[in-house]
Amino acid sequence: MDFIRKQVDVLKKPFTRGGKLEKLYPAFNAFETMLFVPNHTTSKGSHIRDGVDLKRTMITVIIALVPALFYGMYNTGYQYFIQTNIEFTFFDAVLHGAYKIFPMIAVSYAVGLAIEFAFAVYRNHPVNEGYLVTGLLIPMIMPIDMPLWMLAISVVFAVLIAKEAFGGTGMNILNPALTARAFAFFAYPTFMSGDKVWVSEASNVDGISGETILGTLAANGEVAYSSASMFMGSIPGSVAETSVFFVLIGAMILILTGVGSWRIMLSGVIGASVVGILFNLWGANSLMSFEWYNQLLVGGFAFGIVFMATDPVSAAQTTKGKWIYGFLVGVFCILIRVFNPAYPEGVMLAILLMNVFAPLIDHYVIESNMIMRKKRWQALKLETT
Amino acid sequence: MISKELSIKNGATLNLKGLAVTELDVPKMSINYALNPDDFFGLIPRMLVKEGEKVSKGQPIFYDKNNDSIRIVSPVSGKISEITRGAKRKILNIIIKQEGDRSINFNIPSLSNISKDMILQLLVESGSLAYIRQRPYNIIARPSKLPKSIFVSTHSTAPYAADYDFILRKRMHEFQIGIDIMSRLIGKPINLSISHSCEIENANLKNVEIYKIKGAHPSGNESFQINRIDPLNSGEIVWVIKPEDLANIGSFFKTGIFNPKRTVAVSGDSLRSPKYYDTIIGSSISSLVDSKELSNIEDYRFINGDPLSGSKVEYSDFLGFYNNTLSVIREGNQFRMLGWLPFIHNNIPSFSKTSLSWLLRGEKKVNTNLNGEERAIVVTGEMEKYFPMDIFPMQLIKACMRGDIEKMESLGIYEVVPEDFGLVDFSCTSKIEAQEIVKSGIEIMLKEVG
Repeated sequence: MDFIRKQVDVLKKPFTRGGKLEKLYPAFNAFETMLFVPNHTTSKGSHIRDGVDLKRTMITVIIALVPALFYGMYNTGYQYFIQTNIEFTFFDAVLHGAYKIFPMIAVSYAVGLAIEFAFAVYRNHPVNEGYLVTGLLIPMIMPIDMPLWMLAISVVFAVLIAKEAFGGTGMNILNPALTARAFAFFAYPTFMSGDKVWVSEASNVDGISGETILGTLAANGEVAYSSASMFMGSIPGSVAETSVFFVLIGAMILILTGVGSWRIMLSGVIGASVVGILFNLWGANSLMSFEWYNQLLVGGFAFGIVFMATDPVSAAQTTKGKWIYGFLVGVFCILIRVFNPAYPEGVMLAILLMNVFAPLIDHYVIESNMIMRKKRWQALKLETT
Repeated sequence: MISKELSIKNGATLNLKGLAVTELDVPKMSINYALNPDDFFGLIPRMLVKEGEKVSKGQPIFYDKNNDSIRIVSPVSGKISEITRGAKRKILNIIIKQEGDRSINFNIPSLSNISKDMILQLLVESGSLAYIRQRPYNIIARPSKLPKSIFVSTHSTAPYAADYDFILRKRMHEFQIGIDIMSRLIGKPINLSISHSCEIENANLKNVEIYKIKGAHPSGNESFQINRIDPLNSGEIVWVIKPEDLANIGSFFKTGIFNPKRTVAVSGDSLRSPKYYDTIIGSSISSLVDSKELSNIEDYRFINGDPLSGSKVEYSDFLGFYNNTLSVIREGNQFRMLGWLPFIHNNIPSFSKTSLSWLLRGEKKVNTNLNGEERAIVVTGEMEKYFPMDIFPMQLIKACMRGDIEKMESLGIYEVVPEDFGLVDFSCTSKIEAQEIVKSGIEIMLKEVG
């Protein structure tokens, strides 16, 4: 360790104050602090500090994403091979998926981190860890055959407009990963919906097609999958959101480590269930009569509520606010699915919508606390007069 | 006296290695003693003595520019040997070399029929008023307005905090006199909070309302108790007195001489035998900690107070005015390879479940490493876990950052002091300086609203 530290110190020289590359210090600092927790000591406030930092928090989210990502690789291969009737093993499927997905991840990180580093150097602040998670989330929620240049443009839009324009990590209003998806969804609709985008190579090979369950329902079609496959995730969909089972493993990691808010997840599920049950009772069309528990299993609902809605920056910040916010995400997700078949997947728009309203929810929660305090003061004034 | 039970949920206990054992020792003789005006929040010192002048114990050394009834008196008889100054001639330390045994004596009338005005006058003139601090703002009590209630907490919960049960054991008589004087002043019993298993309860104290507090840190901080027992509203004042200071006030009303006694718990995992010392306010740190016990003084940080909210001092400095605790912890100026990975380095105390530290029981070693870099606030909901009060800590901190007086007021700035945010500072993932931010907010309030 001492040897590596010495090498880093030698490399660091030109980046420190007065050095030739002084301006690039934030970029160097990002790599250095990845390798070593700095030797900074407390100067103000508490003299001792918790071992946790933002790097650790973000890496925990990435660990929670890995099971779903791994299953996504397998499912990408699985969907391809069963459609082409080629015999395959488990490893073939994973390899095919990895071959398709790793370039997407590489492009997402390369483009996003380049912008982050450029802004950090330009504004002279340390590179924030937020993009480590965003950069992995973006490829996980895109269709598998999306051209890489489209992915790159979506990343640019998300990082510049959704994040840096507001001041970077911690200041954004919308979830950046979902903003990337929403951008792609409206900018390149033919690559984001239909029956030729969800299965690997579907647009190149005749005979391959696959509609998502929500797409089928919106078109008044018959759903050919069982609840068990919806739960395990062997269905067409975006890269890594299909398996509720593996998303739940991630959810457990987030909840046990305290990194993700269980309140948002739970209230989201309650909200979606309540509306789902109400529509089941109404049952005017196939979307309404689609069983409420299946509504929770299909589409990106599970992935969205676990990994997107719980983003602490864009979600509500007060405890009460989190309950309301999560509940409304669930409610709007089902409402959008049922009432607007042009957007079969409601969870993306529901979360983005609630991202916008989260500060308003918090405002009223905090306001009620202020009113409580003022009432206490006023009661006192009345008593004394 | 029947006590009331009060349970304050949320919070956490930091169990650090090297806590002083309850054993009282006599320290080395301190030659120099010092008063540091920074110990008194909001006070602007105006000197009453000059360098080289002889002073008696109890003689006023400086007073507050804004209020001349706030006087800080000398803890010892001696000679002003030096007044050290910093930037802009700010007074850092007034160093008094001890010599002789002169003291200022007051005639105390019979305590059974002493008047309120007499009590106030004696408190002001003897300098004992400095022992009393008023909320909001935690400034020295202003004698012009009496408080609605007085709070004393012997329930200490901070890491390394002194055990007031032990400190008061031999001073119960003086403690009772202090209580009697204070309750006579406000015409009602004072509020005494004690820990759940505490001997004070059996001491048959009079003129007190006893609250048995159950809870982890920061439930020992008076703010959280006041909030539950008699919340502070806009325009109201409460007084807060540290237990030993109340005994010192009692001692003054018994003898007529200002009592600067300080029993201090010296804690630290590098000390050979961390224990309590019987000393007086302002004595030198070198009289309490033997430098031979520590391999290299530079590698250690000395803190007047507990590691969460105390103030950093040098080995050549002096004990603070209000501190019953002196902490010695290692400086953490080392790099840690890949130290940000979850579930490794579990020896570093952490409340976060991204480390296994919470599973490891027993006492923990700490150092002053920041364990990361400062970032924008990202994680939400973690401050509330260590702030058991009906206040939104994060929103209040943000209001303080903006200096938004109206928001600060309505979010409850009057009810808090910076120390209350000690654990918020400690646990924050983004390493923000909550105590500093709140302190700056309170400074704005003090200046603009008063």
